[in-house]
Amino acid sequence: MAGKSHKKEQTGALSIKNVTKIYDPSGVNVKAVDDCSMEIAAGEVCMIVGPSGCGKTTLLNAIAGFHSITEGSIHLDGDLLCGPGKPKAEQSAERMVVFQHGALFPWKTLQENVAYGPTVQSAMSAGEAMEKAGQMLAEAGLGQFIKKYPGEVSSGMARRAEIVRALINDPKVLLLDEPYRAMDALTKQIMHESLLETYDRTGVTIFFITHDLEEAIFLGDKVHVVTTRPCQLKKTVEVRIPRPRSFETQSSEEFRTLLEEVNEAVHEEAVKAFQAGEREMA
Amino acid sequence: MNQVPATKGHMNSKPEGFELFLLRLRKKMVSIDPYLTVAGIGLWLFAYWVLCEGLEIWRFTKLPGPVAISKDWFSTTPFQGISIFTLEYYDHIFVSCQRILFAFGLATGLGVPLGLFMGWSRKIRDYVFPIIETLRPIPILAWVPLSILLLPGFEGPVIFLATLASFFVTTLNAMLGVDSIDEEYFRAAGCLGSSRWDIFRHVVVPGALPFIFTGLQISIGVAWFSLVAAEMVSGDLGLGYLIVDAYMNNVTVPMVIAMITLGFIGYFSSACVRTLGNKLMAWHVKELAQQGR
Repeated sequence: MAGKSHKKEQTGALSIKNVTKIYDPSGVNVKAVDDCSMEIAAGEVCMIVGPSGCGKTTLLNAIAGFHSITEGSIHLDGDLLCGPGKPKAEQSAERMVVFQHGALFPWKTLQENVAYGPTVQSAMSAGEAMEKAGQMLAEAGLGQFIKKYPGEVSSGMARRAEIVRALINDPKVLLLDEPYRAMDALTKQIMHESLLETYDRTGVTIFFITHDLEEAIFLGDKVHVVTTRPCQLKKTVEVRIPRPRSFETQSSEEFRTLLEEVNEAVHEEAVKAFQAGEREMA
Repeated sequence: MNQVPATKGHMNSKPEGFELFLLRLRKKMVSIDPYLTVAGIGLWLFAYWVLCEGLEIWRFTKLPGPVAISKDWFSTTPFQGISIFTLEYYDHIFVSCQRILFAFGLATGLGVPLGLFMGWSRKIRDYVFPIIETLRPIPILAWVPLSILLLPGFEGPVIFLATLASFFVTTLNAMLGVDSIDEEYFRAAGCLGSSRWDIFRHVVVPGALPFIFTGLQISIGVAWFSLVAAEMVSGDLGLGYLIVDAYMNNVTVPMVIAMITLGFIGYFSSACVRTLGNKLMAWHVKELAQQGR
């Protein structure tokens, strides 16, 4: 595939500037995100870590164009996504979301699911899209399952297919919202390796929300620790462990030190969130 | 990746087609379920016979028992005029089925799109929903005088009443079907670059299908119910008319024959709807099967 040359190295830089989001300002008035700024370089794996219900997903929804923002701006490669005068970004295939509970269409086979994007965008003919979808699924190790419905395969397989469905559109940014949350540790490990392999191949910018600190350090170039609601950037930890990484990485001294550093920052926020009794919100 | 080709040979050894059917049948025959069904029907018929013909309990003597009914039903020369050998019997069945087909088709053709649009667009819902919710609770029999005033002949009012009842059920279920679709599918479709029309075709319609077919199974039952009610009030033919006509003429056997016939046809028609639904929703059937249902 063309992706081997990291052709997207130059695109996919996200710039989040002073973003504030208030839900229902004239009513309940919940401040989910408060003056949050982050710079994410093109082709970077950026991990967002923070306590439950802190507003991480709100940030992701703003980038994806599901929700509006109240103040601030978000740019992608210098182009304004949302900001003053344009509270809500358009939804676009350049920013693909992989959802927490999985959102493959249950009424389409894995192959039809993957072929859906290019077909509706008229980027390929239906036949071409199906062929490309079959090929990409086979590359992801799902060759046997292309004719299966999502309800017939394991959650790990489904999640992998969902990432393929995103990648077939050549997105600039992949937005993942705790995609491996409900999985057991062993499956998670396999999913991580497969995501890293995909990343090494495509070099797509990844914006990844998680609770799992080991996951954050294992996958990320940078780990952004955010505060409990309202969400603000608390600390950024750079992960300089060289790629490609394998699961042995997780027992290295360097990994342990980083884990402690992140843990310290998150724990404080987790305690605050727990005491405030925050509820998870979308 | 490492595919395991060995599984392929294993899959080939699974029984398919007729072989699978035989295997399932054999499995079913050794379980207790089919015998329970047979025993249930037998017990019910026996109780019926005891009440009407065996002990001739008071009041039940007015009803024809199972022996009297089957004697007439399967006789070439029925005492009370209706049997499987008389053309009249099939006339009534044919007319009722024709009306149901027409009414159910009309209700589905109007109700499903309307329900889907109501679920899909807030504006359409705001226009239509309050009116539907006001008309829906009005019992179908309350519509009889109005429909006779409004529509000429026998056919018009009967079909109108049957259509109306199943239309409300179908519309409401199609709308709830759209409501039941997880928001994330809409978002995913949006990310993937769908137009509004793509979302309607690829998310709204298939996502609402399980609810629609649940609704259609109820609606075909409701259609039969209101059809018979309508035929009893205003009709010239049909199973509902046969029931009332037999009662008026004091012949009780055709009355019961018509009732039982209605039961069988109703059972059959809702089985047809269910089968069609399962054909259209292979994904849903397989998903439920995975959950062991």
